[in-house]
Amino acid sequence: MRFLRSSDAIILAILAVAMIFIGLVNPAFWQMSNLFSLLKENVVIGIMALGVLLVMISGGIDVSFTAFAVAGMYLVVRSMVALDYNGLVLPFASAIIIGGLLGLMNAGIIHKFKMIPLIVTLGTASVVRGLVLGLVGTSNVNINKMPEALVNFGKTDLFVLERANGSTYGLTAMIVIYLGLAVALHLVLKHTMIGRSVYAYGADPEAAKRVGFSTGKTMIFVYVTAGALAGFAGLLHSSMIWLANPRDFVGLELDVIAAVVLGGASIFGGRGTVLGTVLGVFILVMIQNSLILMGIDTTWQRVVVGAMLVAAVTVTALRDRRALV
Amino acid sequence: MMMSETKTNATSRPGLRGWLKGEAAQTNVMLAVSCVLVLIAMTALRPSMFLSSYNFESMAFFMPELGILSIAMMIAMLTGGIDLSIVGVANLAGITAGTLFGAMAGDGGSGALGLGPVTLGVSAALIVGLLAGLLNGFLISVLKITPILATLGTGQVFIGMCLVLTGGPAIVGFPPGWNAIGNGKLVGIPVPLVIFVLVCIALSLLLARTSFGLRLKLIGTNPKAAVYAGVKRGQMILYSYMLTGMLAAMAGILLSARTNAAKSDYGASYLLQAVLIAVLGGTNPAGGRGNVLGVALALISLTLLSSGFQMMRVSNHLIDFVWGAFLIGVIALNSWRRRKGA
Amino acid sequence: MATAPLIELRNISKRFGGVRALDDVSLTLDAARIHCLAGENGSGKSTLIKIVSGVYQPDEGEILIDGKPVGKLDPATSIAHGVQVIYQDFSLFPTLTVVENLALNTFLREGKTRIDWTRARKMARDVLARLDVTLDLDATVETLPAAGRQIVAIARAMLADARLIIMDEPTTTLTGREVERLFRIVRDLQADGIATLFVSHKMREMLEISERLTVFRNGKKVTEGPISDYDERSITRAMTGRDLHQGHFQAPDVSGREPRLELRNVTVGDKAQDINLTLMPGEIVGMSGLIGAGRKAIAQAIFGLRSDMSGEMLVDGKPVMPKNVPEAIAAGIAYVPEDRLSEGLFLTRSIRDNAIVSSLSRFAPHLWLDAEKAGEETHKMFGEMAISAPGIDVPVGTLSGGNAQRVMIGRWLMTDARVLILNGPTVGVDVGSKEQIHGIIQDLTRNNDLAVLMISDDLPELAANCNRVLCMTEGRITGELAGDALTEEALDAALSNEKQGEPA
Repeated sequence: MRFLRSSDAIILAILAVAMIFIGLVNPAFWQMSNLFSLLKENVVIGIMALGVLLVMISGGIDVSFTAFAVAGMYLVVRSMVALDYNGLVLPFASAIIIGGLLGLMNAGIIHKFKMIPLIVTLGTASVVRGLVLGLVGTSNVNINKMPEALVNFGKTDLFVLERANGSTYGLTAMIVIYLGLAVALHLVLKHTMIGRSVYAYGADPEAAKRVGFSTGKTMIFVYVTAGALAGFAGLLHSSMIWLANPRDFVGLELDVIAAVVLGGASIFGGRGTVLGTVLGVFILVMIQNSLILMGIDTTWQRVVVGAMLVAAVTVTALRDRRALV
Repeated sequence: MMMSETKTNATSRPGLRGWLKGEAAQTNVMLAVSCVLVLIAMTALRPSMFLSSYNFESMAFFMPELGILSIAMMIAMLTGGIDLSIVGVANLAGITAGTLFGAMAGDGGSGALGLGPVTLGVSAALIVGLLAGLLNGFLISVLKITPILATLGTGQVFIGMCLVLTGGPAIVGFPPGWNAIGNGKLVGIPVPLVIFVLVCIALSLLLARTSFGLRLKLIGTNPKAAVYAGVKRGQMILYSYMLTGMLAAMAGILLSARTNAAKSDYGASYLLQAVLIAVLGGTNPAGGRGNVLGVALALISLTLLSSGFQMMRVSNHLIDFVWGAFLIGVIALNSWRRRKGA
Repeated sequence: MATAPLIELRNISKRFGGVRALDDVSLTLDAARIHCLAGENGSGKSTLIKIVSGVYQPDEGEILIDGKPVGKLDPATSIAHGVQVIYQDFSLFPTLTVVENLALNTFLREGKTRIDWTRARKMARDVLARLDVTLDLDATVETLPAAGRQIVAIARAMLADARLIIMDEPTTTLTGREVERLFRIVRDLQADGIATLFVSHKMREMLEISERLTVFRNGKKVTEGPISDYDERSITRAMTGRDLHQGHFQAPDVSGREPRLELRNVTVGDKAQDINLTLMPGEIVGMSGLIGAGRKAIAQAIFGLRSDMSGEMLVDGKPVMPKNVPEAIAAGIAYVPEDRLSEGLFLTRSIRDNAIVSSLSRFAPHLWLDAEKAGEETHKMFGEMAISAPGIDVPVGTLSGGNAQRVMIGRWLMTDARVLILNGPTVGVDVGSKEQIHGIIQDLTRNNDLAVLMISDDLPELAANCNRVLCMTEGRITGELAGDALTEEALDAALSNEKQGEPA
């Protein structure tokens, strides 16, 4: 069984062990309402993680996607408020396009100037955040101003259950969108030439060029898709929390990157699977959200996330250990 | 590919003319010129405000902390690494000292704490930096984790520890002696500036005139050849991150001393700015090249620029935009120069 | 009716800056023939490969494929005409599976956007069957040994409907048996109508496999003809431009002295077993053998680069077991690696920095670097090694191969090295410099009482510069030649038969 030896299987095993452990510490973990809210928490981080996965498979790293998510979300919501527009398709399409275009900027700079992606994306993140906050505005769009269509969309549940006390809770329908995107990305990565070209580029850019892959096209695919996913996730986030905050997502980069690394992707490129990333996101969100259940103060959250990232990269570094010198 | 001997006809003689031919020197001359240009432009636009001694003085107080962080970043980049945890280290150092003062002062308030406790606080902060650097260096040189991910992770751990220590809100009420480090003057010169100049001198000597500096640059130029030449690569990288951590802690001392407070998310924008200043100052993020003078000049020109913008009432956010755009511009320029030179 | 040659290059020239990499070179490659292109490193072989594969455009000259001029040849056009290059690094994707490495190329050429995995597996199975080899199709390429990776690269070229496969130094990482398999495959390809251009500098292989030979030297074609017109002597002369050296290096009489280096029953991982070796002061001992015979592993082990050495090692009678390079250097050992560019030099740094790096603790006992002393000693070395450069401050990357190698050797002069290991001492060095470097090595050995271990594939080099040569086969020392028995012919015989030579 090839799967049992894969890193996905290991991650799945870690997830199972972690769930059993948390459940033993506090059986409340297994309550449906808790599991549903965990799944809901997965959606936005997960969609962003899919984009970061793509970038990491190509051998890069992206810290600009949160800024792009803010741009997609805030520009669209503010425009909707200003134009008194109340729809869904056009706004989400716009957020995707905004994110995609910003991603194109990353791709262009990284490919043309052959500069380290980390430094380029640090720069573009600052540019985009600066422009959004400096030119568009710094104030939140609150629930009372939020376009109704967006809010209602974000409230959609797949099904609703009732607690003993009569209050209800549901499983958000957004999880379907997230998993749909994950499956779509998996299929693209596994079954299309452009998908395999990302792995090929990440494994050895020079060889990819020699074989005849158009590396520029690959870079564009990677960063535009990552940007589009971020833009989409940004708007989806605001529709789920009924709020558009232009200072949102600060520091979320790390959580997302940690989740992707946790999911077995390698920063050296050429490695990483959608399944692993989805599992990595779930582990990260679960542990973050279960600290309270386990009686640990939330101030420890960042320590835990950072430590998880360090642990995950240590394991992958041991796996990918290169030659002695 | 080796070039033929005929290509080496260009004489490289020592002295000023030889120096001017070096790439680092060319960058530095460009930076110095851009400092002057920014100065002239800003003076022309807002002469009365820009040239006021108050303006320069305030720059002299807040510039050093960013400058020291940029030098720390440059040291990490010399070996081809990067340190994304410097801001976390800086805050953790300040908060550790603050927590220590709080404990020492008890209910009486920290106002009564004298020189002894302040020295203790400085040492504690520097030790925090050293240990943080040791952790980074260990992860990078012993466990062979990529610097980006290692320091991204430890940076979160450090910020997380800040939160654990403070519970969230800022720590205030540092003793007066501590404040003097950030706001005092020594024979009319702001103390932070004095510290910064001393750090610059010490670090440029360390990089240019010692075996340690040479070894770091050689590791950054060709890590494999360094091992074959008998350079203790792991050890040197470990030391370089310890140095980076110490410098970050020093910046943390200046930051908390100037603002009289320490908080987990202070100076978050410094990370990008430190990367930018290091790269702008002629540091090669792939390793092997970097000098203190270049970083200092880049710092001055960018500080002048953003201070000028502030005077023209441009929002801070747009200044962030300018910093980011500048970073990309520098990348483009370096790439163009590389291609022309190749 | 005479068919047009597959590829014809007419009067090709290519310059890089002031360097003429190719100078008015013409070359004709016929369909289904095995052609060998020989030349030392830097003779223009790789430039020619890149011109045929469309990576470089020639400055002058014309390229004809099937008798028709092709004008500007780019990589895609070259591939479309059936030209496939197998580079030394194979250009495979290490994290992808064998199937993917084989199929992606084809799908890419067909302009497919989707991947048909059933077809991909069938293609992979079929082509490996044609080659008569079995590989795990779902293994990632990084897990295969070098020979397996080469098979994948060849299979990939076949899938690309290759009519000409160019193999750049294909045997460097192969063992004897694997070379035989490669030769069988090449002959099978020929039966299928596929031409092969071997690019190599190894005598034995050229004579065994190729039908036609072309020799390059310093960017010019110096000779060409059917392989039957050549023997080793004439090929060597054509490649190096000099006659074979007569006579040997005479080692001084050192009977009664302590050996400089002694290895007793040394084993290095699975690379080398039961090595017993004694180097006396003033000796230059050669080491010949195929790549993969374990020579490099021994050298690296002595220099502290490997952790899997067992046995006993003595330097000047004192037992040492260096765990890392600094310990080896402290014990008086020096190593000039084969790949000067990636393992040896710091190209953007000055000659001085490159020279003092291994003796830094002498110039900087307490951190502070004594620049004056470092400069003085570098100047002294600069003179002794007869380096031609404007000064000690120029970057090493601007030097020629010969001068760069002198800096490499000079670096060790500045340590108190007593054992000098040279791996490929004149690889990539032009002919004129080569002899000077040999002279320098011999003088150093005599004057500084060094013991030198010289690893080389260049048999004339070994014959002319060593007082004895050890032959290695599959991890063991299988023979020794010295005195009058040490001739190129004897060395070659020892290599080609992989048989044991009699100790002299």
